[in-house]
Amino acid sequence: MSVIAPNFKFSEFVKSILDNVFWILLIFVLIGLPAVFIILFYIEMPVINGELLTPFLALTWLADPSRTLPILKAFMTTDLFKIAAFPGFGFAALIAAGTIFIERKMLAKLQLRVGPFYCGKFEGILQLMGDGLKLISKEIIIPAKADKPIFWAAPILFVATAAAFVALIPVAPGWVVADVDVGLIAVFAIIGFFPIITILSAWSSNSKFPFIGGIRALHQMVSFEIPLILSLLGVVILTGTLNLSEIVASQSNFPWIVFLPIGAIIFFITILAELERIPFDLPEAESEIVAGWLTEFSGMIYGLVQLGTYLKLYAFAALFVVLFLGGWSGPMIWPPFPEEIITDGIVMGPITAKIPGLPVFSQEMLNSVLWFIIKTVGVIFFILLPRGVFPRIRIDMLLSLGWYKLIGLAFVNIFIALGLLYAGVLGPGGIL
Amino acid sequence: MNNELPPGLALQKVDERIMTLNVGPQHPGSGHMRIIVQIDGDFIVACDPDPGYVHRGEEKMAEYRNYITNIPHLERPVIHDSCNILYPYVLGVEELLGIEVPERAKYIRVIASELNRCVYTMYWLAIYGIFLGHSTMFMWPAGDRELLIDLLEKMTGARVTHAHFVPGGVRNDLPPNFEDVCLRQVNYFEKRIKEYAAIFYDNPILIARTANTGVLSRQDAIRLGTTGSVLRASGVDYDLRKKEPYDVYDELDVHSNVMKEGDSYARSKIPWLDMLESCNIIRQALQKMPKSGSVRVKLKPNPKGKGLDSVYKRVESGRGSLGCYIVSDGKPEPYRLKLSVGSFRNLIALPYLLKGEKLGNMPAVYWSLNYWPVEADR
Repeated sequence: MSVIAPNFKFSEFVKSILDNVFWILLIFVLIGLPAVFIILFYIEMPVINGELLTPFLALTWLADPSRTLPILKAFMTTDLFKIAAFPGFGFAALIAAGTIFIERKMLAKLQLRVGPFYCGKFEGILQLMGDGLKLISKEIIIPAKADKPIFWAAPILFVATAAAFVALIPVAPGWVVADVDVGLIAVFAIIGFFPIITILSAWSSNSKFPFIGGIRALHQMVSFEIPLILSLLGVVILTGTLNLSEIVASQSNFPWIVFLPIGAIIFFITILAELERIPFDLPEAESEIVAGWLTEFSGMIYGLVQLGTYLKLYAFAALFVVLFLGGWSGPMIWPPFPEEIITDGIVMGPITAKIPGLPVFSQEMLNSVLWFIIKTVGVIFFILLPRGVFPRIRIDMLLSLGWYKLIGLAFVNIFIALGLLYAGVLGPGGIL
Repeated sequence: MNNELPPGLALQKVDERIMTLNVGPQHPGSGHMRIIVQIDGDFIVACDPDPGYVHRGEEKMAEYRNYITNIPHLERPVIHDSCNILYPYVLGVEELLGIEVPERAKYIRVIASELNRCVYTMYWLAIYGIFLGHSTMFMWPAGDRELLIDLLEKMTGARVTHAHFVPGGVRNDLPPNFEDVCLRQVNYFEKRIKEYAAIFYDNPILIARTANTGVLSRQDAIRLGTTGSVLRASGVDYDLRKKEPYDVYDELDVHSNVMKEGDSYARSKIPWLDMLESCNIIRQALQKMPKSGSVRVKLKPNPKGKGLDSVYKRVESGRGSLGCYIVSDGKPEPYRLKLSVGSFRNLIALPYLLKGEKLGNMPAVYWSLNYWPVEADR
């Protein structure tokens, strides 16, 4: 019998499952059930037909489908759902995965090749999953002279900071994880963390190329943060608020890009530099310094950094949408929910099921999310596009661009905003 | 200091500000070689190229094989430019053995050599693109190269290692209807590479990045002994196809491209202009080529030289002058064979050009020297 490909025996297969079934059941009972009940105690249970669903009754949804949606709906109003799934991490990670797919296929079309093709039935759509599995299964190699605690912590901190950034983005009216009044200041604070994490990871790996890459990243991020913050001052002057949801609400008639195009352009360029994307990918310039500050990362540590990078990309694109393109506002294109499903019920063969709790989301909310996704994907497309068109620039060109040109232009943008404000055209009490 | 250690192994006491980087041989921006770079902040204070990682002893191997069996292994140093590296050897052996080559074979050689120059330059250009972070410029030349590779496959039967040139002509005649196919593909190829100007050569970021970096003056270019595109980018009009025409280049109208700047941008643009010129030469050669006739002189088995004799022939390859010195002592094998390649001559300029440059300019300057590590090591 060959060792490499042993013959398949059904009895042995069943036996292996029976060997493990005890452990599967034990882990489910010890960890799975308590986790489910913690979530059930956490959510506020709905009242159906005058009867309050306790967490112990909640499992009756298995028998009664009309109780499924109310419980789900109750779960969706919790903070846990907001953080983990919809406006928070899960939604952002989904868009990040879509971004990677779009990037690969779009660049492939631009460069007259096919791109991912075989993995998954349709156009290599499962390629990212394959890459993730590969990264998870690889050994994590840590340099012998590395500062191990910081080397381990840096990728996790990177993802956590990017996820914190995602939490500030309002996706639809009321759908934001952290609706803080100083939202824009919080954004600046989080952006300020990225160079620290980068230089920590670069320095802790105790290697020459990551060190040079980290220094470059530090120069780049610090010198582009100033025009980034200055370019957003125009919006703050005109809206008079730092709350991101209120900034979006102020753009219900027209987006700020109409009045502050210079600010939008500066912000877009600084986004490219903060994200280390071509033409500003100096910290990862492979022909000069191998992979820059990512050189010593391997396995899933590298995967985490990539995840953080794409979360950051989504967050910056969404911030551009929120500040300059009017966020979720747009004409109503989502079709109204067919109300007769609730009044008359759904006919399924012999029975007519009435399902309370439909629709799960309101029409306005779905429309807002649709507009938000359309605009964000459009901005992401323009962030990805320079990669196929431009070569990498040099560090001195980058610094002179940041310090001489962009900061000067940012002041021009502020003067435009002030002019519009004092002429009484825009802003609180303006004509428009 | 007579018994100095090789560079990079010696323990040097240097200023604390200076960091030594080993760029290569396992580095995405080096090729099969090592560049020992000493940097002070972002500035390169010293640079020491260290080739020799792919030395294969081609010259010594040639002494154990006869004049015909030398052909397949001598093209190995530059398989992308295999016709051009065999060209001086074949010319030299023909002079040693006193062979007169048929007219049609000379034209076929010129066509194959120009096609091969384009294939090499496209590969070089692809790597230049990715060295500057321009991934589209990596994919486009690598794809368009296939046009000419297909053409060469029709012509010689092999995609890269052709072994097409033999003493006395070329190995095979052209396939039927080759002229039309060749003209069509070359015209399309010319149209494609003209599109590169819009995305690469006229790109403002590329110009800002490579112009005025690694400037090699006219005097220095001559003094350091650089050849080919590096020499012509510094304003010296020296193209062997015009200065010492071999085979039928004297019957063709060859224009050599010269630029005066001598910077990385000029050095990267000259090969591209040369490709356009190659298309012109191929079209002329296809027009003037005799439509029929023999392409190979029948040789006796195991041909021998006539007594003690030596010959030096050189051609213009994709990387500059490529010379072959053959010494014969009347045996079937050459007594000594020496390849003088353009890559190694151009590498000499690297330490002079990189001194005082920024680290970010290193790939741009290094690869603009039109250097092929395997050829330099032989």
